[in-house]
Amino acid sequence: MKSLIFRTASTYLLPLMLLFSIFILLRGHYLPGGGFVGGLMAAIAFLIHSFAFGLKETKEIIKINPGYLMPIGLVLAVGSGMVPLFVNDPFLTGLWFEEPFRFIGMVGSALFFDIGVYLVVIGATLTIMFSITESV
Amino acid sequence: MNNSLIVLPIVIQFLAGTVLLFFWLKTNTQKVLSGLFSAIALVISIWLFMLVWNQGIQVTQSGNWKAPFGISFVADVFGATMVLISSIAGFAVSIFSAGSMRKERLEFGYFPILHFLIMGLQGAFLTGDIFNLYVWFEVVIISSFVMMTLGGKRKQLEGAIKYVSLNLLASTLFLVGIAFIYGLTGSLNMADIAIKINDIQNRGVINVTAGLFLVAFGIKSAVFPMYFWLPASYHTPPAAVSAIFGGLLTKLGVYAIIRSFTLIFGGDEFMGIIMSAIAALTILSGGLGAMMHQNMGKIFGYLIICHIGFMMVGLGIFTELALMGTVFYLIHDIVVKTNLFMVSGVILKINGTQDIKELGGLYKNYPMLSLLMAIPLFSLVGIPPLSGFWAKIFWIQAGLETKEYILIGFIVLGSFLTLWVIAKMWGEVFWKPGEGLPKKANGIYFDQLSGADKWQWIFPVVFLSIISLYIGFAAENIIVLSQKIAGDLMNPTGYIESVLGIKLLMP
Amino acid sequence: MEILLIIIIGLLHAGGLYMLLRRSMFKMIIGLILLGNGANLLIFLMGRLVKGHPPVIEDGLKVFTEIYADPLPQALVLTAIVIGFGLQSFAIILIKRVHRVLETDDLDELNSTDEEI
Repeated sequence: MKSLIFRTASTYLLPLMLLFSIFILLRGHYLPGGGFVGGLMAAIAFLIHSFAFGLKETKEIIKINPGYLMPIGLVLAVGSGMVPLFVNDPFLTGLWFEEPFRFIGMVGSALFFDIGVYLVVIGATLTIMFSITESV
Repeated sequence: MNNSLIVLPIVIQFLAGTVLLFFWLKTNTQKVLSGLFSAIALVISIWLFMLVWNQGIQVTQSGNWKAPFGISFVADVFGATMVLISSIAGFAVSIFSAGSMRKERLEFGYFPILHFLIMGLQGAFLTGDIFNLYVWFEVVIISSFVMMTLGGKRKQLEGAIKYVSLNLLASTLFLVGIAFIYGLTGSLNMADIAIKINDIQNRGVINVTAGLFLVAFGIKSAVFPMYFWLPASYHTPPAAVSAIFGGLLTKLGVYAIIRSFTLIFGGDEFMGIIMSAIAALTILSGGLGAMMHQNMGKIFGYLIICHIGFMMVGLGIFTELALMGTVFYLIHDIVVKTNLFMVSGVILKINGTQDIKELGGLYKNYPMLSLLMAIPLFSLVGIPPLSGFWAKIFWIQAGLETKEYILIGFIVLGSFLTLWVIAKMWGEVFWKPGEGLPKKANGIYFDQLSGADKWQWIFPVVFLSIISLYIGFAAENIIVLSQKIAGDLMNPTGYIESVLGIKLLMP
Repeated sequence: MEILLIIIIGLLHAGGLYMLLRRSMFKMIIGLILLGNGANLLIFLMGRLVKGHPPVIEDGLKVFTEIYADPLPQALVLTAIVIGFGLQSFAIILIKRVHRVLETDDLDELNSTDEEI
């Protein structure tokens, strides 16, 4: 898109939306939010950037092929689900650190599961959208 | 009995799929890793089966949520057997794919998708939650969509449109059925539903819900009025894909029908009549369809339909003996159908065509191979003592006990049609003199392959043939197994008690 | 409110079925999407509609004392929507490919796999 306003705005929007998506990801356990919504938001941030500057520039920002985010996220999500198996709890049981961390709050296996989902959603959405855009 | 390790068959396939994703484009590494993971999965499922057989039903409540609230994973003997058989088929197909798949397909992530598909199957066999079953179904069908369309040829795309649209419709109907179940009982745990559904006065609504489930699973398992997508699509992908589809996907539908119509909906008389009618018509249409076709892939496609009809007979009669036959046949059918599609792949590799009119002289040129291929072909017909034979005895006996003479007639007719088709195929492909037949020129044929490559084609066929010989010759073991499963299915008290962790009061 | 939802669900299913019965591939996908949305709304409705009672147990109590909204259908609908999103995007890509290879939108012309013997 050629619009100057859109281009200028999108350069500011990208970091803001990415930060906001991480915020959404972290607050997700007891409040509305979580990996899925956060991931979608991050993907939209990159999409807006690609509308403004074209696919090539967006790919340069992302550096790695978004397809690789999917296996990484999947391993993280299922790995966090498998951890309880080692302490003889059922699959996907939430295990938590005793003390809350600064800024992040309580950290447990659910957070890692959500991060995994976040990465998978970014990877999948961007792959779908990029391949649709490229094939048009 | 609580045991959190029963999710391992699912997790190992998942790990296989994700690890293979990291080796994108490195197809040789993928081949080795896929075989390795499939072998590990086979060992794990044997372990699970032995555990369940010796110690009874194993349950885990994922996330440590108590039974009706969380998602339960249940390994009863039926589920564990299905996991074992599908791991066997998965192992064979993994090896066969390593030999037979073209490089272009492998580069588009064939192996990861194969493992995700088997993961979906294992999940569906182990879950005790109806919505989770829906999710596993979706995992399976989306993987199968990808496997079917990877080639991108005209025929495959046409087949895929039919397959995708019908399966999407089936999923939607399944979802509507789940909505009704949830509205009626307020629960999604199958064991919990089984208890609560008895208290509902309005049997009409329950029959409607059962009808929705029957249509949804019926489309997936290709029974009579909903089967036409199968012969239109199953012969289009390569043999390894057809093998996993023909062997396992339709059987997943049958599994779901057996599970839901024994546990949840119980032997309703109205449903019994419908099942009997569906069974008879499925046998007839599948058998007749197989008679008129000349492409091996299509013939096997129609034979799948015909034999799904056999399995529905057991649900139509709905006695313990009849279900025993169905379970026995299910075990036999997964092994044999997977094997048959691989055999058709080998024949395609030898001669470059699957049209039985253009094939011939196989017995003269490859006598040992032909004898090997005879095992799955004649197991399918059910020539005693091969594996397809025993189940029919139980059905006929159960039919005589309940005076369902028409169904017996259809079983005999279906067996006869199968025999006719296989005999015709044997005559055309193996015994007909092979001189003067057109031979296509392009591509590498079987006799040009190196020894190790040949074994990648032959080993899975040998492996599954040995399994089906075992099912036939050691039938007493499988009969004991299917008797136990049928007993559990007819009387699901043990299942419900283990899942919910309560003691039911016997009426 | 229930009546309104029931009517919407009925309309979505009717529209979906009508679109499925058309001969165009594109309309078939639209029909499947409409049916999927109808099914999702049905699950939502089956959890019973409750207004202004969140499924939160009040402080100091151990169980619910009054009527509460059922949280489960929302989780189910979310799952179904996500799955539907994946399947539908796949189906759309597929019909695009089919349209490019076969150069037709008419389902009646997709019969070469059935005609050969």
